[in-house]
Amino acid sequence: MATIIQGVLIVMASLAISALSEEAEAAGTRAFHDKLENGMEVVVIPDHRAPVVTHMVWYKVGAADEQAGQSGLAHFFEHLMFKGTEKIPPGQFSKIVAQNGGRDNAFTSQDATAYFQRIAKDRLGLVMEMEADRMRNLRLSEKDVVTEREVILEERRSRVDNDPGSVLSEEVYAALYRSHPYGSPVIGWAHEIAALDRASALAFYRRYYAPNNAILVVAGDVEPEEVMALAKRTYGKIAPVPDATRAPRPKEPPHRAARRVLLKDARAGRPTMQRLYLAPSYTTAEPGEAEAIDLLVKALASGATSRLYRRLVVEEKLAASAGGWYMSTALDYGRIGFYAIAADKNELGEIERILDEVIADVIENGLTAEELERAKNLYIADYVYESDSQSSLARRYGWGLVTGLTIADIEAWPERLRAVTLEDVKKVARKYLDIRRSVTGWLEPAPAHTARDGSGDASAAESKSKSKS
Amino acid sequence: MFASPPTQTDRKLRARLAAARITFAGLLALVGALLVLQPREAHAMKIQEVTSPGGIKAWLVEEHTIPLLAMRFAFAGGAAQDPEDRAGLAHFLTAMLDEGAGDLKSSAFQERLEKFAVRMSFDAGKDTFRGSFQTLTEYRKEAIELLRLALNEPRFDEDAIERMRRQILARLQIDAKDPDRVASRAWFEAAFGKHPYGRPTKGTLESVKKISAADLEAYRKRVFAKDNLKIAVVGDIDAKALGSLLDTVFGGLSEKAELRPVPAVVPKEGPIERVIEMDVPQSVVQFGHAGIARKDDDFVPAYVLNYILGGGGFSSRLTEEVREKRGLAYSVYSYLYPFKHTALFLGGVATKNDAVAQSLSVIRKELARMASEGPTEQELENAKRYLTGSYPLRFDTNSKIAGQLMWIQVEDLGIDYVEKRNGLIEAVTLDDLRRVARRLLKPDKLIVTIVGKPTRLEKKDGS
Repeated sequence: MATIIQGVLIVMASLAISALSEEAEAAGTRAFHDKLENGMEVVVIPDHRAPVVTHMVWYKVGAADEQAGQSGLAHFFEHLMFKGTEKIPPGQFSKIVAQNGGRDNAFTSQDATAYFQRIAKDRLGLVMEMEADRMRNLRLSEKDVVTEREVILEERRSRVDNDPGSVLSEEVYAALYRSHPYGSPVIGWAHEIAALDRASALAFYRRYYAPNNAILVVAGDVEPEEVMALAKRTYGKIAPVPDATRAPRPKEPPHRAARRVLLKDARAGRPTMQRLYLAPSYTTAEPGEAEAIDLLVKALASGATSRLYRRLVVEEKLAASAGGWYMSTALDYGRIGFYAIAADKNELGEIERILDEVIADVIENGLTAEELERAKNLYIADYVYESDSQSSLARRYGWGLVTGLTIADIEAWPERLRAVTLEDVKKVARKYLDIRRSVTGWLEPAPAHTARDGSGDASAAESKSKSKS
Repeated sequence: MFASPPTQTDRKLRARLAAARITFAGLLALVGALLVLQPREAHAMKIQEVTSPGGIKAWLVEEHTIPLLAMRFAFAGGAAQDPEDRAGLAHFLTAMLDEGAGDLKSSAFQERLEKFAVRMSFDAGKDTFRGSFQTLTEYRKEAIELLRLALNEPRFDEDAIERMRRQILARLQIDAKDPDRVASRAWFEAAFGKHPYGRPTKGTLESVKKISAADLEAYRKRVFAKDNLKIAVVGDIDAKALGSLLDTVFGGLSEKAELRPVPAVVPKEGPIERVIEMDVPQSVVQFGHAGIARKDDDFVPAYVLNYILGGGGFSSRLTEEVREKRGLAYSVYSYLYPFKHTALFLGGVATKNDAVAQSLSVIRKELARMASEGPTEQELENAKRYLTGSYPLRFDTNSKIAGQLMWIQVEDLGIDYVEKRNGLIEAVTLDDLRRVARRLLKPDKLIVTIVGKPTRLEKKDGS
């Protein structure tokens, strides 16, 4: 039965800071949540300020669900979804959306593949019809597959091979995840992309693209009843597919040794370094841990007031910029990352020593009460700012549900964030900022290689394991 | 939380617009009457022109459903006002305004921004210096004070200047090896030479090293004034409160900007082809020539034409020919880029080194075909459907509305432009497009910059 869930931000009325909770209440959204008979989840987030809607379908399949040796298949298939069906001629999907004044696109991550359109509200039925159609009725010609594979190899060159910073990240992720498929890039390794074919694409499609493996999210100038009626008429007619659910992925073995990756590349403009730690995600963390990591990383490394920026950029002047992030939204592992770009001198070693000091200090002494409060405030303000954008709201719910959270989890987030204590933060710092769970990557400018194999691959990555302690 | 994971990857490199010709047969069966477009208003919103007690004007859209406020503003000037030997000055200033003001040194200022959750940023284009400001209603008073300080009393402390200089220099060194940046910079140098438009907006390693506190303050004093300022505000505020906000923030600025005249200029006529060797597997190509000014009667037809040629993502001819049919590139596009003192038609493609020649040849052929034949009736119809139907998508958040209203003022299009705009698109005829295509597109006169290791290129100029 349909239930209207009192929104995300209204929950915060009970929060400690009265000023922001009033803001939050006024900014409240009401997310409606239901399920079709065939198992497809439906989320509706009304926003009546403009006569437009954001329509998204999220599939619970991503790059980490590919078979070994087929890296890039989930993303490759996402491109192929635009080719055509019995009813939509090849290459016409996006054109039809455009002729109706809409914009469309799609994206693939390790855990999810999502397709979306932004369009006038009276065209919602049209895009739902089209999206439902391609969920099961895709037609792929051999030529479409072969041509699109070339496009994706160009995409890989743009995103990765042309940019040494991206090459380093790819190597660092590969070193961070030893058994889990998050170690392979979403876009795929070039030689594996080159081997993907129509048969592998279709097998992937038939297995995973099913209503019982999908989530519909609609945000904008609509009411839940309208969306449910349209959803029943479109997606509701598709039969569920047995065994569409993905298999559990391999788990990481204990990480016992810090790893280091050094990339020397003539195309690097400045020496840069990054440090990644294996961490849990909101889905896999113990209750409260992910919220505490969010706050820890914000105070430690986000923005000009953060400890890392103050030490490396303001005081020591070793870095031109420095920061950090917590990749918290994932079905399995998350990761905590720090980075710095060297200033005038090329002292990555000294930068790394100070990063280690900052981390050792927070493990030992935790944050100050003021730092924690400021971090909480910033996050809750972000939450209010996010309510300005229906697309952001649609993504908030989509990412949450597709990585295994519930609507209740998503909506209780501000409250849980507020509940984090200084002790909680210290605990996660100690538990997860453990050097043995880390990979440190350096990118150093180097003279161009003279010997070339002609493939144009200008990077020379070397990876070695070494304990730091 | 729930920020998009950084490793996702999209089908389209840039958020460009999609659509083209279509076989309706199968589709009509599918969607029936939904395809019949109903004419509708672009956006039912009320734009008020507010004048503060102190005489400062702004456009306001009240929107009280969410307790926040978005403001965008622009000073005419931008990087074109950088002194000749201080390229990058306006850009440097964008980094300095939140680095301490009044009695608040950098770290104190930053802490207050965070404490009151203020979002404040600055940006310099070639013709404008722009600000973006957002605040929650609860903290509006404190946020406004911080913006006032930033614009009126920036400190330009030596340590903050040196820190920002290091950051900018590092960025320039990284950009110097980024094929996209290099191609674009080389294109503007080739097109404009010594004219201010030929100078890099972020400056050079040399010019940025010279910039001082006195330079920054001199630029601020010359360019931040009331007579070259356009402001748009959207959100939880009424006209009276906005009037007082405007006087607080902008009331202390000089009455009149002292802008140095920037001469009108046309880009150098091609064919010019510059190859900048870089050891990358994929070449990045920028191409373009003179465009059509925003004030020109042909601008709107040219905009529609470009949508069909290379602006419409999957609906564009360039994407169809280069990407969909031949798999030569992930991204290929063109756009109109009108400046205050010139106008450009620009485009780009990125393709593996041995496909540069073929990609360029396909692009030239498409430009030539469009110039000689123009688009089809169906393409025009499809373009109109997209361009008019998607206009409301630009107005679905407070920030986006404020951005739109700021640009409409900068371009001096009139307060009724939002209502008029779709009518202007609808009025474009196939004859207009044919005429404009002949006038605009000169495939033999392109300036082309290529960064990479392209093979099999034909020489297009004498160099």
